[in-house]
Amino acid sequence: MKLRIAHLYPELMNIYADRGNIIVLVNRCRWRGIDVRVDEFGPGKSPAWDDYDFFYLGGGQDREQKLVARDLAAKGAGLAEAVEQGAALLAICGGYQLLGQYYRTGAGETMEGVGLFKAYTVAGQRRLIGNVVARSSLDGNNLELAGFENHSGKTFLTAGGQPLGRIIFGFGNNAEDGTEGIIYKSAVGTYLHGPLLPKNPELADFLISRSLSRRYGQEAVLAPLDDNLEEAAHQAAVKKTRR
Amino acid sequence: MNKIDEFTPGISAKVALARAVGSLSSRLGYGGTTLPGRIIRFFDGDISQRLISRISQGCILVSATNGKTTTSSIIDSILKENGAQVARNREGANLAAGVATALLKNASSGGRPAADIGLFEVDEAVFPELASQLDPRAVLLINLFRDQLDRYGELEHIAEMWRAAVQRLGRAVLIINADDPLVAGMAKLRPEASLCFGIEDAAAGGLVMQHASDSKYCTVCGHSFEYEVFFMGHLGKYHCPNCGNRRPSPAVSAENVRLDGMRGSSFDLVTPRWRQTIRISLPGLYNVYNALGAAACGYSLDVAPEQIKSGLERFSAAFGRVERLRIGGKTVCLLLVKNPAGFNEVVRTLLIEPGRKNLLLALNDRIADGRDISWIWDVDLEALGDKKVSATCTGTRAAEMAMRLKYAGLDASRLRVRPDLSAALKVAMAHTRDGETLYVLPTYTAMLAIRRIIHKHFQPEDEMADLVWR
Repeated sequence: MKLRIAHLYPELMNIYADRGNIIVLVNRCRWRGIDVRVDEFGPGKSPAWDDYDFFYLGGGQDREQKLVARDLAAKGAGLAEAVEQGAALLAICGGYQLLGQYYRTGAGETMEGVGLFKAYTVAGQRRLIGNVVARSSLDGNNLELAGFENHSGKTFLTAGGQPLGRIIFGFGNNAEDGTEGIIYKSAVGTYLHGPLLPKNPELADFLISRSLSRRYGQEAVLAPLDDNLEEAAHQAAVKKTRR
Repeated sequence: MNKIDEFTPGISAKVALARAVGSLSSRLGYGGTTLPGRIIRFFDGDISQRLISRISQGCILVSATNGKTTTSSIIDSILKENGAQVARNREGANLAAGVATALLKNASSGGRPAADIGLFEVDEAVFPELASQLDPRAVLLINLFRDQLDRYGELEHIAEMWRAAVQRLGRAVLIINADDPLVAGMAKLRPEASLCFGIEDAAAGGLVMQHASDSKYCTVCGHSFEYEVFFMGHLGKYHCPNCGNRRPSPAVSAENVRLDGMRGSSFDLVTPRWRQTIRISLPGLYNVYNALGAAACGYSLDVAPEQIKSGLERFSAAFGRVERLRIGGKTVCLLLVKNPAGFNEVVRTLLIEPGRKNLLLALNDRIADGRDISWIWDVDLEALGDKKVSATCTGTRAAEMAMRLKYAGLDASRLRVRPDLSAALKVAMAHTRDGETLYVLPTYTAMLAIRRIIHKHFQPEDEMADLVWR
């Protein structure tokens, strides 16, 4: 089996070590004998959308985010179509914001988004920073997500937008409605850094399995891995929110 | 009018009270590095300015993400060679209260300073405030890296604050790292009073950028920089092909750099007036930068070349940044790691060392460490993956550290997780053979705790505070 990952804007969008998510995806595939390859696409370079089963976007600072927003105008349609066709996608923080309908900055400027997610973002008054725990349900399995958030944008889901999870601790999408992130088909947007996937291996495996399903047209069953360290790291992160 | 008369009546009482509280607090074991300053600033917010105004040679401010304590220690050593009495803040007490405390400790109870010159390492976020209050005679800005963003907001914001502060500087000479594009451009803001330093030895760097690189885009026009060579992180020889912005040519530079792993480094120190070979007993290219910044500072203050050389060569390792202890037949080295750039340099230095590497990695996530530990995923730890490494992980986020090493390619059989620091230190020592070295890589609060544990339980044969690298 093989899996092809397109890492979009790896240099521009990696503010909180979001490349850790890629390290985890690659290793969890290799340990299972899946032939995995990551190709990087910066501004001005577009992947052949059908060749990839997984798309990844990390978070970035304001300046980088502006450069990416401009370039995404050319990639947006291809990316949205791939997701419609079942490709998996993970977008963190700034990447998540840019895939929504728009982002309105504190200065009142509006950055157009790709519109792939039913969500929009407005600049908030204060930064939302800290450890997060959210409860989620993926393919009927309940799971607890742990991570760290650091954002000032507040994201609101519009009609039909399904949150990735419900906040147990932390701020999530907007610090108001208790939602965190978004999920649409096999595409996930979230504010959780940390990085997210190392200490949430079920989510990593969910995304790998969805990518393989898209390529091979049938549900992929992944061999189990020894996740004792992952579980301990998860628990240590959750413990930070319980005192 | 004599300056002493400018003091309000009652200054003596305030100084005396603050000093008394400070000494009581140290005797009770709470340390006395900021409390006296906090007290007197409560009564008298301008105290630091007024004490500084009475120090004959004014003060030097040193700021950076990485290296401010070590560099300040080297400058201290250089100034002492020059016979100066230095008032200095200690032990990472680098906020306004720490500076006020240092000035108080140095002053007589009447508020008369004993020092000829002040030397203060200051936190990146408080540098602007202190620069405008203290009217320094020299300002040394060494680098800006990603560090603890959950506390300070984003890197660009700090660079912006620094630029504004530099524009408001009074008499100061600005000493700037030419190799860091985030700070180098500031030299242009006061061309008549700035001095750049940098490395002029392409062989000391690499052609590939490390993952944890922070500034790849031109600070003037936003286009990607082109690099001839990378020294560490985003530090290197760069230029912008779009607008022509480029690394300023350094007046003080290091040539013929030779890195000898943990034993130290040597280089030729070159200034517009002289050159000489320097041997420092601190490991890694990052310490070459620290030495170079300190030398440039000494040069700008007209310290004689032989005093700069002996100051550089004689100083002892600064508080925990690098320490080496002998315990029984084993050696313990403490190497502070607090952000990806610094951690990468520590890894690069360890890789030069031959043989098996015994590591104790201590990852805490308290406020002083940065609550967001994601940065460990930006360190190029994959370099250790296929080497002979035995690692014990400890601290509040021990499991995440171990998991990072697992994903970097370390076999689980070589990884141990012991969140409790004392237990971890014992285990790590037991796994270190006689004659071998245990490298302890702690974050800030873990370092303080581990130092206490070592002193209490292990009876090192060296006095920690005066260790000199050999």
